[in-house]
Amino acid sequence: MSLLRTENLKKHFGETRAVDGVDFTVNEGEFLSLVGTNGAGKTTLVNLISAFLSPDSGRIFVGDRDITHASVDERIRAGIARSFQLVNLFDDLSVLDNVALSIFAREGKTKRIFALAERDAAVTREALDLLAEFGLGGKSGARARDLAQGERKLLDVAVAYALRPKLLFLDEPTSGVSTRDKAQIMDTVSSVVRGGGITAVVIEHDMDVVFKYSDRVVVMHEGRFLADGPPDEIRRNSDVAKYLLGTDV
Amino acid sequence: MSRRAAALVAGVVIVLALVPVVLGTYQTQLLTYGLTLAIAALGFNLLLGYTGLLSFGHSAFLGTGAYTVALMMRYLGVSSLELFILGGVVSSAALAALLGVVCVRHTRIFFAILTLALSQVLWTLAYKFFWITGGTDGLRVPFSQLTLLGGLINFPGADAFARFITYYYYYVLVLFCVCTALMWLIVNSPFGKTLQAIRDNETRARFLGVRIWRYRWLAFLVSGIFTGLAGILWVPLNGLVTPDVLYWPQSGKIVFFAVLGGFRNFAGPIVGAVIFNYLEVYAVAVTQYWQITLGVILIVLVTFLPAGIVGTAERLRARLKKKRAEQFS
Repeated sequence: MSLLRTENLKKHFGETRAVDGVDFTVNEGEFLSLVGTNGAGKTTLVNLISAFLSPDSGRIFVGDRDITHASVDERIRAGIARSFQLVNLFDDLSVLDNVALSIFAREGKTKRIFALAERDAAVTREALDLLAEFGLGGKSGARARDLAQGERKLLDVAVAYALRPKLLFLDEPTSGVSTRDKAQIMDTVSSVVRGGGITAVVIEHDMDVVFKYSDRVVVMHEGRFLADGPPDEIRRNSDVAKYLLGTDV
Repeated sequence: MSRRAAALVAGVVIVLALVPVVLGTYQTQLLTYGLTLAIAALGFNLLLGYTGLLSFGHSAFLGTGAYTVALMMRYLGVSSLELFILGGVVSSAALAALLGVVCVRHTRIFFAILTLALSQVLWTLAYKFFWITGGTDGLRVPFSQLTLLGGLINFPGADAFARFITYYYYYVLVLFCVCTALMWLIVNSPFGKTLQAIRDNETRARFLGVRIWRYRWLAFLVSGIFTGLAGILWVPLNGLVTPDVLYWPQSGKIVFFAVLGGFRNFAGPIVGAVIFNYLEVYAVAVTQYWQITLGVILIVLVTFLPAGIVGTAERLRARLKKKRAEQFS
């Protein structure tokens, strides 16, 4: 069953056709990888779906609901959350506060002005449990800016995950980290996301990571979809090999 | 709050409560000024330290609070400080609500300039509507016409000044403690954490579903109310309100409080306001070039102590603690 659908979605920046008439479908429960060379239009597509950018034309649906012109918070309420390519944290807040804030936002508690945040036992417990799931349990009191890069990436995902979305977009969750950290991050993210029954779309460049963790792979090239299918099929696709890997099958 | 911090706060409150007994009328009066300004600094820092918005127009709220008291006394014959507080808080809140709608859609230099410009509009109005505001002569707010606690305490007679200062000090001290506790609660609430999140990373906060303008507007409102309250409490002490209270150097002084004490910690602006008050009074007494003295202090602060007095003390304490822990291990 499709959770998200776009119809003929377009976004052009002058002469550059970043997203050029894309029909994209995400099915419930899948772990999907969106791949492509730099400038293929992956991040732009996610930006359009998450309301970071407005499309030039086309439509976006969550289930049957048209969210093409919905605001960011309307889309979050519709179940869409995202992380960013560059780590985007609340650097001067503690690791615990970063996640707790996400939970407060989800619960509609951020307007509480005359209550101590730390006294909300339910939120604190959930945040600590979540941090433990992401392997950051021992770092809850540290400031976000003091974490190592791999930990920051995990916290970035945890903050988005804490919104408990139906559909989670992760923009290059392993960029800028060592090969060892990559595997650790993807093991954790994949296990938590699948365990939580959340549908995930991951933008990723590392094809080993893509083939290992994905249920389905969508390949973009120059603003359009080049291929769409299970990892094994994509691995054998000659167009993908030519444009993405620079080799012949 | 840790036990150690709670003990420190209790100690400070006890010392403050002993000031009129130990230090005499003049020092008590000076500290009363310091505490009223500290309330303004608390309000100001909700915007600068916790929301990341630098206002150069907080004199507008200080002046609105002060002028509300003077106008109520002059035209409505009110003498109760509790009614002044009620009227002043309502007028400051109304002004903050209105200015906030215009200002919070902008950040950084644009926000600072807008707040500055709007406060200057109020300053001009106070000048031009002299038949209401008294123009440069201002409006008098004599303490002898003031009553506290619903008329239970008043100040008639020739020797009333010392008594006024003592009673008024305790009145301000209680309000200062209430405001400090309230602000501490606010900055540690989910709302306060959301403001800090907006300060650190507006984009990410937006993608958690936080409506940025709404939160900034609420912070602006609370900040304006605190600063308005400071203006209300300041004017009976000063005895007179003139357009100077609305002029931009007054806003600059409030910024100075935060920089002096350190705006990235809770106590910094409070300490900054109290110390600035003493600095200004003694610099004026010692030299006619007192503004140069304050300017040099500001330059030294920004250059060598960017974290302010409290911020630097905290850093030193953390460094010492780390050194001790290393020696111990």
